[in-house]
Amino acid sequence: MYLKSALRAATALTVFASTAAFADTITIATVNNGDMIRMQGLTEDFTAKTGHEVEWVTLEENVLRQRVTTDISAKGGQFDIMTIGMYETPIWGKNGWLVPLNDLPADYDVDDILPAMRGGLSHDGTLFAAPFYGESSMIMYRTDLMEKAGLEMPAAPTWDFVADAARQMTDKDNETYGICLRGKAGWGENAAFITAMSNSFGARWFDENWAPQFDSEAWSNTLNFYINLLNDAGPPGASNNGFNENLSLFQQGKCGMWIDATVAASFVTNPNDSTVADKVGFALAPDTGLGKRSNWLWAWALAIPAGTQKEAAAKEFIQWATSKDYIELVAENEGWANVPPGARISLYENANYKDIPFAKMTLESILSADPNNPTVDPVPYVGIQFAAIPEFAGIATQVGQEFSAALAGQQTAEEALAKAQALTADEMEAAGY
Amino acid sequence: MATQHSRSAARIMMAPAVILLLGWMLVPLTMTLYFSFKKYLPLRGGDLGWVGFDNYARFLSSSAFWPSVQATLVIVGGVLAITVILGVFLALLLNQPMWGQGIVRILVIAPFFVMPTVSALVWKNMFMDPVNGLFAHLWKAFGAEPVSWLSEASLQSIILIVSWQWLPFATLILLTAIQSLDSEQLEAAEMDGAPPVARFGYITLPHLSRAITVVVLIQTIFLLSIFAEIFVTTQGSFGTKTLTYLIYQRVLESQNVGLGSAGGVYAIILANIVAIFLMRIVGKNLDA
Repeated sequence: MYLKSALRAATALTVFASTAAFADTITIATVNNGDMIRMQGLTEDFTAKTGHEVEWVTLEENVLRQRVTTDISAKGGQFDIMTIGMYETPIWGKNGWLVPLNDLPADYDVDDILPAMRGGLSHDGTLFAAPFYGESSMIMYRTDLMEKAGLEMPAAPTWDFVADAARQMTDKDNETYGICLRGKAGWGENAAFITAMSNSFGARWFDENWAPQFDSEAWSNTLNFYINLLNDAGPPGASNNGFNENLSLFQQGKCGMWIDATVAASFVTNPNDSTVADKVGFALAPDTGLGKRSNWLWAWALAIPAGTQKEAAAKEFIQWATSKDYIELVAENEGWANVPPGARISLYENANYKDIPFAKMTLESILSADPNNPTVDPVPYVGIQFAAIPEFAGIATQVGQEFSAALAGQQTAEEALAKAQALTADEMEAAGY
Repeated sequence: MATQHSRSAARIMMAPAVILLLGWMLVPLTMTLYFSFKKYLPLRGGDLGWVGFDNYARFLSSSAFWPSVQATLVIVGGVLAITVILGVFLALLLNQPMWGQGIVRILVIAPFFVMPTVSALVWKNMFMDPVNGLFAHLWKAFGAEPVSWLSEASLQSIILIVSWQWLPFATLILLTAIQSLDSEQLEAAEMDGAPPVARFGYITLPHLSRAITVVVLIQTIFLLSIFAEIFVTTQGSFGTKTLTYLIYQRVLESQNVGLGSAGGVYAIILANIVAIFLMRIVGKNLDA
């Protein structure tokens, strides 16, 4: 009798323990961008649906990149999900560091993810990270200042038009600067912007034999144009401004134009944060008529490091956070302008989303970016504002520092390019190219 | 008087702590040495074999090496000069009887309790920003063109930020030293007709020399590895890449552990050279 009830109790306990074991606590590393912060606020919905708890490690972009790179390369195992981008995913996937995401259920609808995003987050056709949001870059401009200058922004402007408009909009006494562009050093900051810009000027990082090309005329044209433009029409101290600094300047009404991530559109048109919310127009990133525009392609995506103990729970989270339902959930809570953009085709077919002023331009920008053929002349690398090789982040940060110093007036564009050429050649030789 | 027994008992009881501390130091040091002779690239498959002194040669021949040593020494020298001179001045001032002395002293010491990253962010965004910063508004109020501090005067700006943080430490140590100065000596000198500058030069300053030595030694140790302020403000651009920052860039940004480790060994050597140099010159004060 006693034995029987003891056995029953034990069975009950085992059943209880095993159900409890299904509910995991997963640790997620993510970037402190607005859309991710919003996701954290909605985590309760995930916990209610699956029983899994979530712990967040939210970091600034540069810090996040270093933390997750160090953790995965040293097999630290601190995180069950990492927020990574198009640069890391193919390299890490190739190294076998990520869990493949090719077994997602049918109702998740992988085919609904924009092909450009799927391509950039895959290696050899296997998806290794699911896009949380995708972005390209475009021009955001002040319609009132444009009108005041007597100009009309074409849907697809040239760099000459942009530079001319920027100089006309500039009114330094009233702290209005015609154009704000990234100048802060870093491979994900100024190097990304200038690399994308250089594509439209016919420049490239490497030729087909991996020889650096900073000694080319196209690079000289790019960098001189960029420096002259910012000196004439940019805000003071532009060499310290990254994405966040420019966002804040634009929201304060101090920039006539800003060429940056399409994701910023929802921040500059949000009346709670932006003083110019109702005066913002959008246009494609400029070109010079050579066939490539200066817009990039990027996705912030969720990936699972290989070797995690909580793979199943992590997969459930990724399905939740990058699903169509999640988009609906955000729209319900925060409005359609604030849903994570650029990842799913169905979003752009949604009648509610079509009214958002920046939706069309965002999609057009994303569709016009081709990471497999990023430049006018052929290149051996994939990626528009980066070259997807492990050495790139380290090299581009140093190159970005030379560009930044040139913008600050500490050296000429030619000196910066000569140094960039030398240090890139050194690093590539050391890496065995 | 300790007996033979109690002495060996003490040794046995101390042993675990000593071993732990030694291990604490030796393990990272040995690993740094080990990796510095390897080609270790985590993103390219990890350990790619022994390379002898290649990493050392490459680190030394890199165009960034000498400028980084120079930047390190300029920052250390600049901060030391500012904190010691202003520290003496502030300590003399705070030693004067005044109304609200307690509050003033706390205010002077306050920067020391602010985290380096926080203070660097505040300086960068609230003071030195050329559009929205306080300095920019001040400059404009006087009709001058705002200065973009962190790019036009980057080293000086960083020295200013770091000095602001370390000044309280220097002041505190020097104030304590001044308070231990025998006031009768000063009074006697005053009665003999010695002017204030002479009293300061012949009595106060020599009395402070030991405290200054302590300040210089301790600050040098911390300043050689200065990092957070540079990371937050310029990220090593505009000639502010110190040796520590260069090593960080090699290991974490370029993901080249071998090369960075070789840099780490150089940094240890540099720190030791500076330490010996300091001990020789100023350390004598401590024996006196």
